[in-house]
Amino acid sequence: MKATGIVTGIISNLVTVRFEGDVAQNEICHIDLGGTKMMAEVIKVSGRNAFVQVYESTRGLRQGDKVEFDGHMLEVQLGPGLLSSSYDGLQNNLATMEDVFLKRGEYTAPLDHDKIWHFTPIAKPGDTVYAADWLGEVKEGWLPHKIMVPFSFKDEYTLKSIAPEGDYKIDDTMAVLTDPQGEEHKVTMVQKWPVKVAVGGYVEKPRPYRIMETGVRCMDTLNPIAEGGTGFIPGPFGCGKTVLQHAIAKQGDAEVIVMAACGERANEVVEIFAEFPELIDPHTGRHLMERTTIICNTSNMPVAAREASVYTAMTICEYYRAMGMKALLLADSTSRWAQALREMSNRMEELPGADAFPVDLSAIISNFYARAGIVKLRNGQTGAVTFIGTVSPAGGNLKEPVTESTKKAARCFYSLAQARADKKRYPAVDPIDSYSKYLEYPEVVEYLKERVGKDWVEKVNRAKNLIRRGKEIAEQINILGDDGVPISYHEQFWKSELIDFVILQQDAFDPIDSLCPMDRQEYMLSLVLKVCDVPFEFDDYEQCAAKYKEIINILRQMNYSEFKSDKFNQYLEQLNTLLNHEQ
Amino acid sequence: MSSKAFQRTYTRLEAITKATVTLHAQGVSNDELATVAGRLAQVVKIKGDLITLQVFAGTEGIPTNAEVLFHGEPPTLEVSEELSGRFFNAYGDPIDGGPKVEGERRQIGGPSVNPYKRKQPSQLIPTGIAGIDLNNTLVSGQKIPFFADPDQPYNAVMAQVALRADVDKIILGGMGLSNDDYLYFRHEFESAGALNKIISFVNTTDQPPVERLLIPDMALTAAEYFAVDKNEKVLVLLTDMTLYADALSIVSNRMDQIPSKDSMPGSLYSDLAKIYEKAVQLPSGGSITIIAVTTLNDGDITHAIPDNTGYITEGQLYLRADTDTGKVIIDPFRSLSRLKQLVQGKQTREDHSQVMNASVRLYADAQNAKTKLENGFDLSDYDRRCLEYAKAYAIEILSIDVNIGLTEMLDTCWKLFARYFSQSETGIKQAMIDKYWPAA
Repeated sequence: MKATGIVTGIISNLVTVRFEGDVAQNEICHIDLGGTKMMAEVIKVSGRNAFVQVYESTRGLRQGDKVEFDGHMLEVQLGPGLLSSSYDGLQNNLATMEDVFLKRGEYTAPLDHDKIWHFTPIAKPGDTVYAADWLGEVKEGWLPHKIMVPFSFKDEYTLKSIAPEGDYKIDDTMAVLTDPQGEEHKVTMVQKWPVKVAVGGYVEKPRPYRIMETGVRCMDTLNPIAEGGTGFIPGPFGCGKTVLQHAIAKQGDAEVIVMAACGERANEVVEIFAEFPELIDPHTGRHLMERTTIICNTSNMPVAAREASVYTAMTICEYYRAMGMKALLLADSTSRWAQALREMSNRMEELPGADAFPVDLSAIISNFYARAGIVKLRNGQTGAVTFIGTVSPAGGNLKEPVTESTKKAARCFYSLAQARADKKRYPAVDPIDSYSKYLEYPEVVEYLKERVGKDWVEKVNRAKNLIRRGKEIAEQINILGDDGVPISYHEQFWKSELIDFVILQQDAFDPIDSLCPMDRQEYMLSLVLKVCDVPFEFDDYEQCAAKYKEIINILRQMNYSEFKSDKFNQYLEQLNTLLNHEQ
Repeated sequence: MSSKAFQRTYTRLEAITKATVTLHAQGVSNDELATVAGRLAQVVKIKGDLITLQVFAGTEGIPTNAEVLFHGEPPTLEVSEELSGRFFNAYGDPIDGGPKVEGERRQIGGPSVNPYKRKQPSQLIPTGIAGIDLNNTLVSGQKIPFFADPDQPYNAVMAQVALRADVDKIILGGMGLSNDDYLYFRHEFESAGALNKIISFVNTTDQPPVERLLIPDMALTAAEYFAVDKNEKVLVLLTDMTLYADALSIVSNRMDQIPSKDSMPGSLYSDLAKIYEKAVQLPSGGSITIIAVTTLNDGDITHAIPDNTGYITEGQLYLRADTDTGKVIIDPFRSLSRLKQLVQGKQTREDHSQVMNASVRLYADAQNAKTKLENGFDLSDYDRRCLEYAKAYAIEILSIDVNIGLTEMLDTCWKLFARYFSQSETGIKQAMIDKYWPAA
């Protein structure tokens, strides 16, 4: 028997409901406002009063309005058709809404129930199966979308029958399972899962050991993120967080990408809607949109659904991971999610923590980051969810609760520096403050040696040292003046500038420079380090600066040219002539 | 905002604060308007039958037996073509002596546009100011504020931008405008002969601060009417959003909410986003572009108001007095238009972004040279050329009194590059240099 209730209090989107029957924490309910049913979630219960956060504007709501509880938590529908869809935070399909304006209480089906999918069975009748085991597959775009035993099935089952190869709709029965009690369960292509609960069904979650290539040099070369790893990008506004995230989304070496636009600008999402269908995935040559799901809860959409949006996105990633795929989740920005938590905690008059955020903020964030990871499935395959979140620190100050909590949870830190952005040195990732803990993993180092080159890690460390030394020297030159330091200092400074301009800086809007595959990164870093080894003879510091600027210019032109094309080789020749002239 | 029949009337207030009153009432809906002792108020909290109302004009002199009438609906604005050329107060009542506007009643602060139905902004809005058009190109459907100290001429620059911009309607939302500034806008609009395409909603400093909270929603409801119903290009000017946020904090404080950073309400980000995100390029061709002003306290952009604004808006424009040239310039370092790449090189010449980046990079080198000079170090030849360039660049490009077309701006930059630098010093793609480098 589902509970019912009536509205007794309203402050903004926090509504108090006096209920009859039993309700659960996080249970979903619908409030009836003159025929419009507005979705809400229970976030606190006190006596016979449930405090619910409404996922819509509460304008016009009255005391005494009726409430019906649904008997389950916020769930998403998982099945073929998720990719290339655009959802709001509650998984309503934005594309199938008719009006230009979002209508309150309008909920649209996440998946197309009439679409035909071509199904091929994998499991055979008589097989013993568990939750998340693969029963069959359909082609979703070019990806083999596995139809699995629903995650919510807790027992050991025997596959009684499975549909033969053929065309089906998502609601058709694809398999019948028998539980140990002999009861039969039908399985369709769709299953539901509560977003706030992590999807299980795997054997183990090993340490990440492979690198996920992004094509962004300052990440892949200096501080790579692991497949199944976690990273975050904090930075003041105007430092290029979103441009960087979009670059990763376009180029990241993942089979499935879920972008959660969480409380950010609508026009940024429109940019994805406009550009992605045109763009080609550099790894497969297919349209980018075919591997992308967009969860879009922009800043002007209801605050409570903003919180739900990151969970919805994560659940979809976990679903594809269970199919043995590499999924990448990009959330922009997790600070907006934290702010949504703050607004609710504030309205519930909870005792606040730092900066008025809820006291358990840190725990909520680490729980969420912990859902990422590489997993070993029961059939021996692996799947991964890599998670990169952005953080928008108030006032650009990294000593604020969201950044600090995230720093504890994420393994990679890509700090965007205002000073670099001011100088238009994009991406403005600070090479010294940023880090990747994965470089401390011996298995990752081994992988890099094999994948990129035996001496790769040493080269990277050398580059890092040159940058660090360059920064120290720049400070000394600032204090002592150009004449106050030996010429060798200037040389050192310009070596770091060389790495900065050629390796760190990358033009996200240039069709060639924006994507730099690993072999090209290896080539360019080796070339730059070779230049650093050339023993120049300079009479004064101006000559030194002029020479390095010339070199930087040639190398940048190489970055803008097709790799190893005639033009590229011409610049290389030009560079060699210049260097040979010196020796 | 006339009263209707069968209104429920109450005459017993349970609590009064500076901005709110509380009373027992039945059947009241959230966000509904009410009149308290003749003043407009809005429902902000319902707890059982205890209703809290925010009184826009303040509660001075309101007695516990004040008459409270509930209107049964949230604030509305009557919209029609007749709005054009008119001046209104925060409640949408005329303040120019003209007749009341007849039209369709619309609730203000309506729903958001489905992000999937938006179109990507793609129309350049030229202003003639090179510091904006060249370095921080504006695009229709964009939202961008001026971050300015109170002593800077932001209202003048904004009026200039508005009048030069090629749009169908300009809607001014003035919050806490000084009476002088209000008259200035009025005069500028009138003398430009553009009054018929301008609509103003004004709350001046001598009016109660909480009234300001209605201004952006009023202005944007009018904007949506023209952009959605009439497919027009609408430019909305909001000045000063800092005073709007201050009014928010007054109300939340009176409602005993726990303040977050800088004693602003925890919902400041969402509150501001609701306004700014009304900027939109609609599929039908209409658009709403928002240019706002956020005044800073001594240039401090880490304060919660400019900080949250910066995360919402698509860039920001800074004004700065350039001491070397005596000009007010658009600061090229801190200013940013996030949508510029949607039009640069697409609606403008192909060399636009390369020229912009190179010119700003060289200007940054000039700043380094200046620091060296101030610290008493010798300057290199390159440093000296940078300084010369910076002066010319400030006068011919960055200054707000520049009024030229985009092609001329680009040509001016190439001329400056050729005058002070070698080709490789600009770091521009060779293909562009081959095409545009001025012949000696």
